[in-house]
Amino acid sequence: MSLPAQAAATLHRTWSDPPGVRGWFSALDHKTIGRRFVIAAFGFFVAGGLLAATMRLQLAFPEMKLVGPDLYNQVFTLHGTTMMFLFAVPVMLAMAIYLVPLMIGARATAFPRMTAFAFWVYVFGGLSVYIAFFLGSGPDAGWFAYVPLSGPEYSPGKRSDFWAQLITFTEVSGLLVSIDLITTILKHRAPGMTLARMPLFVWAILVTCLMILFAMPAVMMASTMLILDRLVGTHFFNPADGGSALLWQHLFWFFGHPEVYFIFIPGLGFLSMIIATFARRPIFGYPAMVLALIATGFLSFGLWVHHMFAASIPELAKAFFTAASMMIAIPSGVQIFCWIATLWKGRLNFATPLLFVLAFFFILVLGGLTGVILASTALDLQVHDTYFVVAHLHYVLIGGAVFPLFGAFYYWYPKMTGRMMDERMGRWNFWLFFVGFNVAFYPMHHLGLAGMPRRIYTYAAESGWGPLNLLSTVGAVMVATSVLLFIVNAVKSYRHGAPAADNPWGASSLEWATSSPPPPYNFALPPVVSSREPLWVPHHPSRPPHVTGLALDTRESLVTTAIDAVPDSRDTSPDPSHWPFTAAVALSIMFIATIFTPWGLVWGSIPVTIALIGWFWPRREETERHLALEKRP
Amino acid sequence: MNGLFHALDPAGPQAALIAQLWWLTVAVCALVLVAVLLAFFIALRRAPRADAATPADVKPLQQAEPRTRLVVTAATIASAVLLVGLVAASAATDRALMQLPLQNALNVQVTANQWWWDVRYDDPDPSRIFATANEIYVPVGRPVIVRLRANDVIHSFWVPNLHGKKDLIPGTEGTIHFRADRAGTYHGQCAEYCGLQHAFMAFVVHAVPQEEFDRWAESQRKPAAAPSTAPQKRGHDLFMSGTCMMCHAIQGTPAQARKGPDLTHVASRERIAAGRLANTPENLASWIRDPHRHKPGVNMPAHVLAQGDLEALVAYLGALR
Repeated sequence: MSLPAQAAATLHRTWSDPPGVRGWFSALDHKTIGRRFVIAAFGFFVAGGLLAATMRLQLAFPEMKLVGPDLYNQVFTLHGTTMMFLFAVPVMLAMAIYLVPLMIGARATAFPRMTAFAFWVYVFGGLSVYIAFFLGSGPDAGWFAYVPLSGPEYSPGKRSDFWAQLITFTEVSGLLVSIDLITTILKHRAPGMTLARMPLFVWAILVTCLMILFAMPAVMMASTMLILDRLVGTHFFNPADGGSALLWQHLFWFFGHPEVYFIFIPGLGFLSMIIATFARRPIFGYPAMVLALIATGFLSFGLWVHHMFAASIPELAKAFFTAASMMIAIPSGVQIFCWIATLWKGRLNFATPLLFVLAFFFILVLGGLTGVILASTALDLQVHDTYFVVAHLHYVLIGGAVFPLFGAFYYWYPKMTGRMMDERMGRWNFWLFFVGFNVAFYPMHHLGLAGMPRRIYTYAAESGWGPLNLLSTVGAVMVATSVLLFIVNAVKSYRHGAPAADNPWGASSLEWATSSPPPPYNFALPPVVSSREPLWVPHHPSRPPHVTGLALDTRESLVTTAIDAVPDSRDTSPDPSHWPFTAAVALSIMFIATIFTPWGLVWGSIPVTIALIGWFWPRREETERHLALEKRP
Repeated sequence: MNGLFHALDPAGPQAALIAQLWWLTVAVCALVLVAVLLAFFIALRRAPRADAATPADVKPLQQAEPRTRLVVTAATIASAVLLVGLVAASAATDRALMQLPLQNALNVQVTANQWWWDVRYDDPDPSRIFATANEIYVPVGRPVIVRLRANDVIHSFWVPNLHGKKDLIPGTEGTIHFRADRAGTYHGQCAEYCGLQHAFMAFVVHAVPQEEFDRWAESQRKPAAAPSTAPQKRGHDLFMSGTCMMCHAIQGTPAQARKGPDLTHVASRERIAAGRLANTPENLASWIRDPHRHKPGVNMPAHVLAQGDLEALVAYLGALR
């Protein structure tokens, strides 16, 4: 069944972003914002990768003089900051902004203007710290910016302020996107898509966003206190005046450890979607998988002290955090066992997305096991802050998030662009990445045990660390080549790739029920769901096949109940507007001004207020249209 | 760098306990990795091949898979049991680390600075307290209690062959206990990022027999040797009249500042600049003239000295045995 052509045209007009430059800045379509968000985050990934390459070249030989300590410290700080705050978390949320509404059969996210605003705030924040870097004022206190090194006395100048303010930017953006996604997931699911029928990726995003809501305020408070210490002379972190240097570490890691899981849990979501499709069967143990995601989310809040075992922490507390840190391996184990069971009982289609996902089983399991080592207080005392930790964190983050993410790029590229990516180049991309990654990072385990600390700009030849460092650099070059290959593949396929069908992989979730790429309104006829695998199981005949009765000439969508997804009410979505962009510009000016003077907050809040008033100013024509849609019982 | 620097080559009971736990944990982890990969590869081999057009198998949505569930449950329980075992082993190691006997311990106070280590040997008799820098002598077989402080930012004290690391956090005092059971030189390194010269903030622990330690300590307690030759005298005068004495101390002279390393017996040390350079007259001269060539960003300023003055200064310092 399809929509009459005229109705489809009306719907298209209603949901399209306006044309032209002004339209470009007013765009609200979650697919447009999601795509821009992914591209921006990928841009930051490449920038962070170039910084990593700089470090690897500097460390390839002892006593190299490619960069000095001052630049090196900025480079590794910006690398870590970029990868954690500007790439890994945002790219996961960006994929969710694109995919979640499609997967749950919605036409938009719940708060499209807020999403657009969050995107611009993120971009401006990221650019501000890179501009500071190119002006020679890049942050240099490490991505977790321990005080007092990052405080007013030991980091004069504005370097740490740019870092702290970048955190503010990304927090605002991350919190807003999370609120948007949680609301979308709980209230905009297709009728019939009960929580028990929700795709596992959507579950992963729901858990992630709830975690962001609880974890981010801690670092927001910490970075604000740091800014206050630096800008107006408070003494939160100054031990000489009754402050505490350790307080920073608690606040930072209370956020910082869950943050690792904001990155990892969406990766698990990608895995579940891709494995089901390429094993041609539902994931084994859906309830266990969901409970494991939720358990991981909960437990991740009880581990933060394992970053601080070398500080003066009471022994009993350390024992508790050791136990909690090891126990989080159990839910991850459950998921790994369920995926292996799925592969075991499935029929396998070895396409590129599956290859990337399978790499997870080697890389992440190894990284997870070194995580068990780090969880033990005694062992951590030896390997903490050495290259062993560098190896561990790259194994878990690249194995647990970046490999699944590349799999996800290959998997959803046809949906996003309407074209397939090249399989042959995909295989080259995969094997270079997989081999290069292990060559680059495996030797670091040994370097750490041989005493090589993190964050050193060079080392003496007598240390004996030269050969393994050179090997690691060779691996890094392979990884860089493979990422380049990916970019070439993505760009080439965008123009010349084979046209993609609606459902090229034979998948079961709803995003594959609409065209590739999807129209602005996502679904001509919003779907009704009667099973966990809607495209594999025939629709239940007693249910209506799709939602009817929504307006065509207004952005109207159906709101359903949070648990059972029973139709509840109708909601209208705002029209495109430049105000989210304008408000983001105003907010960015305020944030950047406060780096230089506390008065930035006072004067900067005026344009922000004006922009927000403009944003929410009611428009007569729009109000009338919405009133006309109201039906009285 | 001669001497040992590896976490898995213990020279004392603390590092040995950690190394034991290490090998146990690594063995368990290797077992798990092999088991998971084995299951994974068998799954990949035995599953029939398909393509995108293969109809999906949706039977599992209606039918339970009791055998698979049993295997997955068993694997989960097995991993939980192994993890509980590792938690217990880790707790037992922590306990053992705490129980190092400390009778007759040597008390040392280490204060970290950007980017060097101030070492003070405590004594109930204040006249017997002495200071050195970037090197710690300990008697073999005798426990050592190191009290740790930081003057500026956070640093971390780490001698991998003897124990794990301990942070030095401004505003708090930490302690670390260890014992060296084997004579030898063990390298230490700051492990917490502390700014520009974090890379070169090293120190050494010399574990020597008790008699040798006593001899060394006795010689360190003595005030500095008086300059005996003409160049040494000139160097002494330059030191005391120039900027040197504003940061450094030489016991037995008016120089008593504690901003930089105590130089009373600087010539007895193997290396200078927190391990960066071997202690030779050429290196010492080069360091005094331009420390930033060797450690960019270091707090010691460069000194413009006439060649003769520089040589005199090096001669004086070289005599401080």
